[in-house]
Amino acid sequence: MPTLEIDGQQVTVPDGTNLIQAAAALGTEVPHYCYHPGLTVAGNCRMCLVEIEKMPKLQIACNTRATDGMVVRTKSDKVLRAREAVLEFLLVNHPVDCPICDQAGECKLQDYYMDHDRQESRVPLQSKVQKGKAIDIGPLIMLDQERCILCTRCTRFLDEVTGTGELGVFQRGDHCEIDVFPGIALDNPYSGNVADICPVGALTNKDFRFRARVWYLDTAPSVCPTCATGCNIDVHHRRNEIFRFRPRHNPDVNAYWMCDEGRLSYKRFQGEGRLLQPVKRARGAWQPIDWKQCRAEFAAALQDAEGPVAGIVSAQSTNEEIHLFRRLLESRPGGCIAGHSWSPPDASRDDFLIDADKNPNTAGLRALGLDPGSARALIERALKGEISVLLTYRTDLSRICNSEEMDRLGDKLQHVIVIDTHYGPSVEIADLVLPIAAFAETDGSFVNRSQRVQRLRRAIAPAGNSLEGWRLLGDLVAGEGTAAVEDASGVFDELAAGTAAFNGLSLDSLGGAGAPLSAAPAGRE
Amino acid sequence: MSEKILLRHEDVAGLRRLDKYVEDGGYATARRVLSELQPEQVIEEVKLSGLRGRGGAGFPTGMKWGFLPKDNPKPRYLLVNADESEPGTFKDRQIIEHNPHLLLESTLIAAFAIQSHKAYIYIRGEFAHGAKVLEEAVREAVAAGHLGSNIYGSGFDLDIVVHRGAGAYICGEETGLIESLEGKRAYPRVKPPFPAVYGVFGSPTIVNNVETLCCVRPIMERGPAWFKAIGPEKSPGPKLYCLSGHVERPGVFELPMGTSLREIIYEHGGGIRGGKKVKAVIPGGSSVPVLTADEIDINMDFDAVAAAGSLMGSCGIIVMDEDTCMVRALRIIARFYHHESCGQCTPCREGTGWLERLLIGLEDGGATERDLDLLLQVAENMMGNTVCVLADAAAMPTKSFVTKFRAEFEEHLRMGGCPQKLAAASAVRASA
Repeated sequence: MPTLEIDGQQVTVPDGTNLIQAAAALGTEVPHYCYHPGLTVAGNCRMCLVEIEKMPKLQIACNTRATDGMVVRTKSDKVLRAREAVLEFLLVNHPVDCPICDQAGECKLQDYYMDHDRQESRVPLQSKVQKGKAIDIGPLIMLDQERCILCTRCTRFLDEVTGTGELGVFQRGDHCEIDVFPGIALDNPYSGNVADICPVGALTNKDFRFRARVWYLDTAPSVCPTCATGCNIDVHHRRNEIFRFRPRHNPDVNAYWMCDEGRLSYKRFQGEGRLLQPVKRARGAWQPIDWKQCRAEFAAALQDAEGPVAGIVSAQSTNEEIHLFRRLLESRPGGCIAGHSWSPPDASRDDFLIDADKNPNTAGLRALGLDPGSARALIERALKGEISVLLTYRTDLSRICNSEEMDRLGDKLQHVIVIDTHYGPSVEIADLVLPIAAFAETDGSFVNRSQRVQRLRRAIAPAGNSLEGWRLLGDLVAGEGTAAVEDASGVFDELAAGTAAFNGLSLDSLGGAGAPLSAAPAGRE
Repeated sequence: MSEKILLRHEDVAGLRRLDKYVEDGGYATARRVLSELQPEQVIEEVKLSGLRGRGGAGFPTGMKWGFLPKDNPKPRYLLVNADESEPGTFKDRQIIEHNPHLLLESTLIAAFAIQSHKAYIYIRGEFAHGAKVLEEAVREAVAAGHLGSNIYGSGFDLDIVVHRGAGAYICGEETGLIESLEGKRAYPRVKPPFPAVYGVFGSPTIVNNVETLCCVRPIMERGPAWFKAIGPEKSPGPKLYCLSGHVERPGVFELPMGTSLREIIYEHGGGIRGGKKVKAVIPGGSSVPVLTADEIDINMDFDAVAAAGSLMGSCGIIVMDEDTCMVRALRIIARFYHHESCGQCTPCREGTGWLERLLIGLEDGGATERDLDLLLQVAENMMGNTVCVLADAAAMPTKSFVTKFRAEFEEHLRMGGCPQKLAAASAVRASA
C-alpha cells in the first residue's frame, strides 16, 4: 500500500494502482482519452502526462504505478502546457463539426478543450487531412474517421473483451484511420459498447444518434431486465420516453459492458402491446373501467369464488411484486401460488454476460420460496376443475399450456384475472385485466444469477392508466384488511424481515452495486 | 587504424563464403567461447570492452545483457536489428551483404552469453539481396555445424531465423520491431516493461544492432583491452562512418571511434564536391540536430558529439554544401518523418504532418508571419512526450535548422517562397 503525494496531498492506494486512479482517489481528474479501466493500457493519447519528481520527462499517468514516496504534480505549468499542446495536436486534423455531431455534450474533446485548451486554431481549415464520414460498419455502429482521435479503445475492446477483432488501424501518421477489416462488419453481440467507450464522435450508436441531445436526458440507475445476469445500467430518459440503456460499472456483475440485446430491449417497454387501461369483459366485449370499479370487480370476483383461488407469478416480476402477490393469495383460505420462469428454447447465451435465462428475477422467485417450475402443476389442477379463480401476474399462460388447454381453462375457471404490462394470449380468456407499470416505470429489486440483489429505479411514469405493481398489489392486499404500502422500500423491508435470505438488507442499503443475498448458495445457478 | 575489423571483406576477397571466412579464422572464436567459457564470462568481457550500442542510443551493450532477469522461466530471445532505415545510414548493409558470417558468429557468441536458443535477424524488406545473402550464410553455417543443436559438442543449441520486414522505418525502433516480428502493427510499446523483461512473445529479449553485435567476435577474439584501446576510453572501438551528401567520395569508412568529423569529410571523403564550401553537416542520421560549418571540428564519438549539441546516432553523416537550401532540406526530412510516423501517439501523428505543411508553405509560398515561430513551437511540443523518439527525430532537426539557419528561413518568408527557385523562375522568364 504505497503512500504518495499528488498535488500536495497525501494518499495511500493499493499496490498496482496507476496514477490516474490514485489521483481519482483524491477527487482529481487526470484527463485522458485512451486509458479505460476495463482495457489494457495503450498510452497513445498522451493526454494524461504528469510531472513526477526526480524524473526529467513528463510521464503518462495511465502507465505509471504509484510507488511509495512518489511526488506527483498534475497541475504544474509544465503539465498544463503539455496538455494544451496535446489538445491542439488532437484538433489539427479534427473537422470540428460539433454542430452536426451527435457526440456533442458527451464528447471528451469538447470537455477537455473547454477545461484545458481554449486557444484559437493555428491550422488553416483547408489544410486538414480528410477521411471517411458516416460509414456504416455494422448493425448498430456508424463510423466517422475524421472525428476519430485514434485512441484505439474500440480496437482494444474488440481484441480483448469480445475477441472478435473486427476493427483495426489502417495507414500511418495523420492518415491513420480506424476501419473494419475488408469484407467484415462490426456485428457481434456486444458491438454497442464501442460507441459507449469512444470518447469522441467517431463511433456512434445508430439506434440513438440524432434522437436527442444528451444534455436534455435524465438518468436513472437501474438493472437490465433482459436476462438473469442483471447488468447494471443507466436508463436515459426524457419526458416519459426512454432513449437508451447504457452499461453502468459494476465490477461484480458486468464490469463496464452490456450486450446489444439488453441495450435495445428498452424498446419493449414503450409503445406497442402495452396494456394501458383496466378493462372487464361484459357480455363478451371489453369495457374500460376506472381503478375504483376495477378494485370492486376484483374483490367481487374473489368473493364470488366457489373454490380455491390460485395465482401464478413470473420471474419477470420484482421481489416486491412477488412478495405482495404471495401475501394476496396466501391470505385467502385455500389460496395457492406458483412461480414461472420461461425462456425460449433457442435463447441466446454465451460464457460472458448473456444468460439463457431470459428472466431478470428467477433467483428472486426462488429466494422468496417459489419454485420457478411449479406453474404447470397448478395449471393441471385448474384443468381438472380443482381451482375456481386464476390470477396471473406478468405471466403469459400460452407459455405454460397449449391453445386447446387455454380454451379449456377458460371454460373450467370461474374467473381469470390478468395483471400484466403487455397484451398476450391470456387476455383472451380473462374477464378482468389490470395494467401495471413496465420496467423503468417502477421501483423495486431483482436477484441475479449470482444471488446478488440489485435495485431498479423508476425512470418514467407508468404508461397510460397503469399502476406500479407494488402500488396496485399493496392496495389489493390492504383491501383484505391491512394497511396500504407507501413505497417499494417499505415492501422490501417487509419481505426482508420475513425472508432469511434478505435479512438485514434494504433498498437503500443496496446502493448502486447491489448486495449478495445473505444465504447465497455458492457459484452460479 | 589500417586493419579493418568490421569491413574485413574489403581486405579479404570472397569473405562472404563460409570456406573463405573459416580459412580467415572464422568461427574459431565462437568454438573457443562455447567450449571453454561460461556465459557470464562473455558478458563480463563485453562489459569490460566498453562496447556501446551502434544503433543510435549508445547504450552499453554488456549492461543491457545484464538486465535479463535471472529467475524468469520463459525462453530468451536475441533479436538482431537489421532494419537499418535512418536516412543517411548504410553501414549494416555492408556487413550483411559482404561479411555475413561475422554477424552470424557474433550472434552465436552473444546468444550463448545470454543463453538464448533462438535468434531472429529482422532485416528491412528493401534489403532483399542482403536477406538472401544472410539466408544462404545461415544454411552454410547450419550445414557446417556452426548453428543448430549441440554446436561444437558444447551442448549449446541455436537457431537463427532471418525475418524480412515490410518496409516501415518504425520497425527499427526495438519494441516496434518486436511487435512487427510478432505479426502485429509496429506500434512501439509503452515502457516499462522493457524488452529485457517482457520482449518478443512476452519473453525476455535482447535487441542489438548489427554493427554492435559484429564487435562481439573481435572482442572475444582479441580481448576487451584491445577493443578499449581503440578510440576514446568511454566510447571505444572500431566504427563505421556513413558519409553521404555533397562530398567527393561518399561511402562507408571504418575508422576508430572518435575520428574527427573534419578528417572524415576532407580526408576520407575527399572534401566537398566541386571544391565548394561546407554549409551544414548532420552527423548521426537525419534525426539529429544539424551542425553548422563552424561546428564540424569535433570528434565523432557518442560523448563528444553530444557535447557539441548533436548526437552520434547511427553515424549517418550527411554533408550539405553552400548551395543547399536549408528550408528544402528540412522539408525533405519532415516529409520522411510524416510518412513514417506510425500514428500511435497524438503529438507525433499530428505534429509530423503539421511540420511538413508549414515547411511546404515556407518553400512554395503561402506561409504567414507567425509560421516560423509556430514551427519551433510545434517541434517543442512534440519533444519528449511520446512512446518512442520518432517525434523527437522530427523535432530535433526542425529546431536546429530553424535556429541555426534562421536568416534563410526568414528570407523565404519575406520573399514568399524559396529564393533559389524564384531566381530560377525569373531567369527562365528573362530568357523567354
